Parts: sequence; structure tokens; C-alpha cells
Amino acid sequence: MWMALSYACWGISIVLALWMLYDWFKVDTTFSEEVLTSSREGELEAVSEKHRI
Amino acid sequence: MTITLEPTVHGDRVSLLRVLGPAHVWALGVGIVLVGEFTGWNFAADKGGALAALIVCWVVGLLYTSVAMIDSEVTSTVAAAGGQYAQAKHIVGPLMAFNVALFLVFAYTMLEVSDAILLGDTIVAKAGVEGLTHNSFIAATIVVLAWLNYRGVLMTLNVNFVITAIAYISIVVLFFSVSPWTQGAVLKLNELVTPDNALPYGWIGVIAAFQFGIWYYLGIEGTTQAAEEVRSPARSLPYGTMAGMITLLIAAAMTWYVCASMMPWEYLGITYYPLWDAGKLTGSPLLENLLFIATLLAALASANGCINDAARAWFSLGRDRYLPTWFSAVHPKYRTPYRSILFLLPIALAFAFIADLNQAITFSILSGVLQYTFMSINIVMFRKKWPLGSIRRGYTHPFHPLPAIVLFCLCVVTFFAIFLGFGSQLIAMVAFYFLISLWFHFYRYKFVRRGDQFTMPWPKPQGY
Repeated sequence: MWMALSYACWGISIVLALWMLYDWFKVDTTFSEEVLTSSREGELEAVSEKHRI
Repeated sequence: MTITLEPTVHGDRVSLLRVLGPAHVWALGVGIVLVGEFTGWNFAADKGGALAALIVCWVVGLLYTSVAMIDSEVTSTVAAAGGQYAQAKHIVGPLMAFNVALFLVFAYTMLEVSDAILLGDTIVAKAGVEGLTHNSFIAATIVVLAWLNYRGVLMTLNVNFVITAIAYISIVVLFFSVSPWTQGAVLKLNELVTPDNALPYGWIGVIAAFQFGIWYYLGIEGTTQAAEEVRSPARSLPYGTMAGMITLLIAAAMTWYVCASMMPWEYLGITYYPLWDAGKLTGSPLLENLLFIATLLAALASANGCINDAARAWFSLGRDRYLPTWFSAVHPKYRTPYRSILFLLPIALAFAFIADLNQAITFSILSGVLQYTFMSINIVMFRKKWPLGSIRRGYTHPFHPLPAIVLFCLCVVTFFAIFLGFGSQLIAMVAFYFLISLWFHFYRYKFVRRGDQFTMPWPKPQGY
């Protein structure tokens, strides 16, 4: 049973790794680099927090 | 599996999602740490005896309470992914921030590696099958958790909450199963810890035990990495962090009491599975299996939180151009730093396959203690540059500067303890951070847009 579990772990690892690589490729070819890297630190915070004393 | 992606669904900007609450913050912090109760803290007994393991439980608990209080105040104000990195950037400066981010990435990645090795070794020990190695279990742990992190932070931390709670409850169940109010029936503390063997190496043994006392709480400061993804950072982060610290202090005390009352310090100091062993010693198959499963769940929860935190620190470096901006990409559907997660995945796998548990955890602890030393200086500068009343704080820690002084002094003691056991690794690590700082200062910093990196809407600091 333990050996079967070990092989199953290899199988799951390979399938999920391939899925992530596929999804990565798909996202990177669908969206522009400008959109993907458009996150800005503190952007939402600046809107929601007034920092008034 | 087919995924439908809408190129314009999020408008011009793709950011991390604000979906987390205080329970997720608790799950992140306690999830990373709790594995230390299942293995690690007990090596303190090997260094200084069972009483030394208890002394460092409380003294290092003081260190981490200072960390939690200081962190809660600063991060309730600097609510950005990257946690201590973003704090350092705004309060100390870019070079310190770069170093702190590397401390974070190293501490969490090496802890993730240690968790995966522990999980693999635990399964192999349970199976007792010849020819079965831990490699497949290590690979599955790292890849499945990376996939979970890739798919979204809400599910990742929901899973962490459930598995951390089960692991924690198992400690409570064990504690009450051994009749803690009665000595002599199951627990034999008065026989196992006597005046003659309580501190077999004297007080120098207590100092040496600090190195492993860190395991009781290592990683609680990781809660701040969720700052950009919690709905109300000023409330959730202090609440989740302090609740997590209280939870861990209780778990550490229960763990020491049960284990020191069931195993002689000579064995307790070398076993890899103190709680699982305690479960076996009760003679109950139910408790034995419960503690076995809890050990696995604690390792999973820790590795899961570590992947989350290391990826956010790496992502933040990319976003500020301290590293190539390529790393700052956010997945348009899952809203996670997917490239950072994928980049760190093979690094963790490589270390897990080639490093041993002691080396990995020593690098993690070293990076963690460097980070805590920074935090003691950081809070003093923060209060000096922006005194109380000058900016809004979600939480104000009491007795300043006492916690900062206590934290700094305990970090010095811990460095000495690490030097006693792993002097060459300590020197190698400090040399690495020195060289990488030169690279950042003389080469990389010219790519940084200096005005863009300071994002908090604060007034000018005093004295500037």
C-alpha cells in the first residue's frame, strides 16, 4: 500500500506541475505584461485609509 | 481542465484580492509555527536538559511576544504585501529592505523544505517498508501546496485553518487524555525531572538551548505577509497575530509538560517525533494515530503558509524593481503572485532533495533571528520618525522601548547559542548577505524607481 501511495504522489506531483506550467503559458500569452504587472503597493490602502488624526 | 480568461475583466490593474479575515491571519501564523511543537523544540532538551527546554519556552516566548507586539503596531500602519520588507523600506531604507526580504524568503523557503522533509520522514517511519524513500512524499507536499497557493489565497488559508485547528486540537486531546492533574498514573514528571538531571550542563546548557527554543514559535511574524489581502489590516493583523501568539504559548506549555513527564531528557532531546512518541507511550492506538496524523497536518500547514509568505516577499521585491519586474505579475483569475510561486517551487524541491533537515532548519532560524534583530531597531526608528499621534495606528504596543530592548538582547543571546552549535553556517550566511548587499547597492539599485517605492500616505518623518 505504501509503495502504491508513493507512486501516486509522483503521479499527482507531475500532473499538477504540468497543469501549472500550462496555465502559466496560457496566462502569459493571453494578457499583456503591462496588465499582469500592474499591481501597485498600498493602492487600495491609500483610498480606504485617510490617516487623519 | 479548461480555463476561461477574460482579458479585460479586471480593467487596467490586476491586484491581490482583499478577502481574508482575522481567522485566516491566525491560520497563517499558527499554521507556520505549530509544526515546531511536533518536532524541533525538544532538541533544546539535548542541549541543556528538560528544565532548559522549559526555561527557553518561556524566555523565547517573551522574545516572540515582543516580536508580535512590535510587528502588530508597524504592520497595522504599513499594510502591504512583503510585511517586514515593506516596513523596512519605509522606515529604514532600501538596502535594509532588500536584506529583510531575503531574510524572509530564506527563512520561509528553508522552513518549507524542512516541513516537507519532516513529512516524508514521518510517513517512511510509519510505513517501515524497505525500499520506500521520502522523495515522492516531499515532491507531493511541495507541488500540491504550490498548486493550492497558485489557485488562490482564500482556499489556501481556509485549508490551513482546518488542518492547523485539527493539529492543535490533537495536542489538547493528548493533554487531557493523560490526566494532567495527576502525577504517577501516566505522567511521571517528578521522577523524570529531578534536581540532579534538570540542568545537566548548567546554565551554559540553557543558553545553548535557545537555538532550538526558537522552534516553539518560529514564523508567527509571517502573519504580516497577508497585509495586502486582509479586508481590514489595521484590525485583523494585530488581532490574528496576538491571538496566534497566545495560542502558541498555551500549546508550547502543554507540549513540554506532557513530553517531559513521559520521556527522559536523554531520549526527548534526540527523538524527531516527541508528540507522536508521547501518543505511543500512552498505549492508546487512537492517540498514537491521532498524533501521527497531526504531525503530518502540522508539517503541511507550515509548508503551506511558508509558500504563501515566501512568494509574497519575492513578489514585492519584483514590484519595486529590486528584482526584475517579471516577478511582480499577478494572476488575472486567481489573483495570486503566480510567477513568484512557480519560481520558488523548483528551488524548494532542489533543497528538499539535497539538504538534510538540520542544515535546512538552521538556515531558516538564522534568517529568522536576523529579521528579529532588525525589528528591534525598526520599531525604535518608527516611533522616533513618526511619534504617537502623527499617523494613525491600528494597534499601539505598550511599554515602548522595553519590548524592543528585550527583543534585541534575546536575539544577541540566540546568535551566541547558534554560534555554539552552527558557527560556520552563521558566518557563511552573514558573508552571503554582505556580498548580496554589495550587488544590490552597486548594481541593482540603479533600476529602482526611487520615488515610486514609498507608497504610504504619511507625513514627513520628524527630523527630515
